[in-house]
Amino acid sequence: MEPLGYGRISADRLDATFAALADPTRRAILARLASGRASVTQLTEPFVISQAAVSKHLKVLERAGLISQGRDAQRRPRRLEAKPLAEATSWLERYREFWEGSFQHLDVVLDELKAIERKRGRTAEPKKRGTRKRQKRGDHR
Amino acid sequence: MKDTVQNTESFQVTTPSDREIAMTRVFDAPRRLVFDAWTKPELLRRWLGVRAGWTMVVCEVDLKVGGAYRYVWRGPAGDMGMGGVFREVVRPERIVSTEVFDDPWYAGEAVDTLVMVETGGKTTVTTTVRYVSQQVRDAVLASGMSRGVAESYDVLAEVLSSIAREA
Repeated sequence: MEPLGYGRISADRLDATFAALADPTRRAILARLASGRASVTQLTEPFVISQAAVSKHLKVLERAGLISQGRDAQRRPRRLEAKPLAEATSWLERYREFWEGSFQHLDVVLDELKAIERKRGRTAEPKKRGTRKRQKRGDHR
Repeated sequence: MKDTVQNTESFQVTTPSDREIAMTRVFDAPRRLVFDAWTKPELLRRWLGVRAGWTMVVCEVDLKVGGAYRYVWRGPAGDMGMGGVFREVVRPERIVSTEVFDDPWYAGEAVDTLVMVETGGKTTVTTTVRYVSQQVRDAVLASGMSRGVAESYDVLAEVLSSIAREA
């Protein structure tokens, strides 16, 4: 089971995606491919590493399903595959959503508790001045 | 939109040691109220894990050293339960408890430390989960919480938005 039902994407798939993303060169390659397909030669241009090294990174990205090769036999342009990235992103978003969603409900519960305390006149502030009712609603920040 | 930005800023996930994951959030309420909301079942079940399609169907808390807690949520994919035992209870500032899922997705019993600090009427809550080993912690991180992943996440966001622009 995955944590707190955050999502049910295959764990292997996510592992492959995150492992592929762990490397800055590979992230740079993905960012480049986000602006359009490119050949290995074009992809090597911005880097100081060899074309062979870039090819290795491309293989990792390909195995993770993050990129694919075009049909053009000579240039074999690589293109970005959006789905695994979208899946990984949505998993993380669900994690944050779980806690932020919870905390937003907690914010509401806390507002209610504060209101109840104010009604009972048990605010943390010593209520010396003015009548209890007319005191500003607990905002002394 | 404003809420989203606010939440991102006030909600942080960090790795204070090689076996731990910590999460921090600031609440606009005094500590005693946050502590109540975190420990009284009738309040807890109104917020913990509550989101679209999920409700808390079991919420039992015996808040004392050696006392147990148990939570079960019901969602679209079925029920999910977890629980543990309180090791330290210092009202209203600190709780140490164990954490085990019914259907465990990581090895061993994790230990949760909840610390509440009040400043100017606001309460900063830090929950730290300590796993049995670095391997287990890293496995949990690999499932989506590490700094590296956060960094990757930024890249993903960029990549996805440029895809969206081109589509």
